[in-house]
Amino acid sequence: MAQALGRAMRDAMAEDPTVHVMGEDVGALGGVFRITDGLAKEFGEDRCTDTPLAEAGILGAAVGMAMYGLRPVVEMQFDAFAYPAFEQLISHVAKMRNRTRGAMPLPITIRVPYGGGIGGVEHHSDSSEAYYVATPGLHVVTPATVEDAYGLLRESIASDDPVVFLEPKRLYWSKADWNPDSPAAVPGIGNALVRKAGTSATLITYGPSLPVCLEAAEAAREEGWDLEVVDLRSLVPFDEDTVVASVRRTGRAVVVHEANGFGGPGAELVARIQEKCFHHLEAPVLRVTGFDIPYPPPMLEKHHLPGVDRILDTVARLQWEN
Amino acid sequence: MTVQELPGAGASHRSTPPPAWSPRTDAAPLLPDPEPYRVLGTAAADKLDPELMRRCYTELVRGRRYNAQATALTRQGRLAVYPSTVGQEACEIAAALVLEEQDWLFPSYRDTLAAVARGLDPVQALTLLRGDWHTGYDPREHRIAPLSTPLATQLPHAVGLAHAARLRGDDVVALAMVGDGGTSEGDFHEALNFAAVWQAPVVFLVQNNGFAISVPLAKQTAAPTLAHKAVGYGMPGRLVDGNDVAAMHEVLAEAVQRARSGGGPTLIEAVTYRIEAHTNADDATRYRGDAEVEAWKAHDPVDLLERELTARGLLDEAGIQEAKAAAEVMAASLRERMNAEPVLNPMDLFENVYARQTGRLREQAEMLRAELEAEEQ
Ligand SMILES: Cc1ncc(C[n+]2csc(CCOP(=O)(O)OP(=O)(O)O)c2C)c(N)n1
Repeated sequence: MAQALGRAMRDAMAEDPTVHVMGEDVGALGGVFRITDGLAKEFGEDRCTDTPLAEAGILGAAVGMAMYGLRPVVEMQFDAFAYPAFEQLISHVAKMRNRTRGAMPLPITIRVPYGGGIGGVEHHSDSSEAYYVATPGLHVVTPATVEDAYGLLRESIASDDPVVFLEPKRLYWSKADWNPDSPAAVPGIGNALVRKAGTSATLITYGPSLPVCLEAAEAAREEGWDLEVVDLRSLVPFDEDTVVASVRRTGRAVVVHEANGFGGPGAELVARIQEKCFHHLEAPVLRVTGFDIPYPPPMLEKHHLPGVDRILDTVARLQWEN
Repeated sequence: MTVQELPGAGASHRSTPPPAWSPRTDAAPLLPDPEPYRVLGTAAADKLDPELMRRCYTELVRGRRYNAQATALTRQGRLAVYPSTVGQEACEIAAALVLEEQDWLFPSYRDTLAAVARGLDPVQALTLLRGDWHTGYDPREHRIAPLSTPLATQLPHAVGLAHAARLRGDDVVALAMVGDGGTSEGDFHEALNFAAVWQAPVVFLVQNNGFAISVPLAKQTAAPTLAHKAVGYGMPGRLVDGNDVAAMHEVLAEAVQRARSGGGPTLIEAVTYRIEAHTNADDATRYRGDAEVEAWKAHDPVDLLERELTARGLLDEAGIQEAKAAAEVMAASLRERMNAEPVLNPMDLFENVYARQTGRLREQAEMLRAELEAEEQ
């Protein structure tokens, strides 16, 4: 996935001279995850810029650059280090189009490596998507496959609106038969995909939890469950049609994500499903999420992250008797 | 390893000398003058450009009248709030006049007057404070960024824009305005640091008007002056009398010229005073005494210029009356247009959140439309 993300920026920069990549260590080092590897060499330091170490400054400068017609692609080094930039994100990035009645859209892509499962120490594993999705004016996108990493990032960079592009960092090293020279076209922002069709219940998920859900769906066969797996791909806008159609078909649903449950994206999804699928539901809609705790130390994270067993136990509770 | 053995700590018995070190920049030329720079009432005034100063005078008089009119509109409930710049007009006017058409102004929430002096329709400049929309103008058309309410957050934007313009080879300077309180914000630091590292064509203008709402400068910073902060970033700092429009114009023009010719950013501290309260919601008697206000009234930016120009025979009674008449015309037009109720369309709430409206917003717009229709019946 790392290679696909880098390739997406490279192709976007080659096609459009207004695309600029900026962030901490994105130049000679290629970023701490090497996602921007080679960009400074190919396009020069003016197009792929090592900035001072200051997240508000990076995003604030990107606002000014976008005001002048550039398309900045900003890298935040880690999820929890994006927080100093929240003031810029919320007060300016998300609102500029609206404040100026459409006169000044901001085409900024903010890449945020997020989530756990890589043994990171404190402040390196947060799932901060709830903060982003709660902010009107931002698109929030998260790929789970190599194809989507490329396709969704290209679309985010081309978008005239700001996009928070959440990169599941434990999938950076996931591999796929993927040809960088002819990447497959994928549906754009705002479209969910049914990754596995099924009939007995729907797992709704995104980003780092997709592979876990697919594995759970495989394991569930033995228990006689034929699970459908929906990958949201984009949290804002959210593809309600695909989710609702799936849940109406199966009559049962579980939302799975790493972020804390209370006030997490799953709470919103469950509310929508209840509103739109009430008469089709055979059981309450359940959630499997991270605990409502600060992200745990690496040696304990496996207990926090939704795993296959916890998903299967939850699916079992869909055998609802009232 | 004990602390004593650490390199750098207690190293009196060092065997090898430490690696060579030298500062990147000579600090001396960056240091501000110990006293605010002044022109009016000094020998330097001999070189005043009469044309420019008469223009400044007309704008100062108009600016004073604008402040009075906007404050009156607040009392009449036409504006939700108005942060007055009475006493600070020289800063506002000089900032506006010093820029070329292609340059950009990044005002803070107090700087409506600078935006108006740059040519923005006063009614458009006041929509934010009237409450009918946030930004009442197209920033690109006027090259005036939206008035920024979160303090200092517009400063990194100015840096980014100026940097982008320079990358494109365009001759554009950005002038960003901030209050003394705003200099304590992290964004102030980040913007100055970025600007200096990138050598971006930016001018930072701090209006030190004594207070951030009620908090005096001494509780805001321990720096000798705010201009001194420039040295730490590697840019020149200038200290200037913010009530002396000639000094303001000269110092700003120099900084704009430095930026334009690739010399990088400058930080300017204008020492001025906020004569009126912070806004109509503030009670200034709680934190400052009359004597202080009166002392500053005796150093009024309009009077200072009027006295100088009159003494030098560059302005007569007819000229003064002419400026006042022009200001009255502006005020009458502003009053009249602000007294008309703005026409609002509630459905605008759902416009311009995204380029393409989301399903969620379409649903909510339908809900509001139905509510509005029900109200009409
Ligand atoms: C980030 C932020 N914090 C707090 C406020 C509330 N606030 C509005 S004006 C103000 C004082 C600003 O003082 P200063 O920067 O000196 O500017 P002045 O009002 O004197 O022009 C404060 C605290 C704000 N607008 N933004």
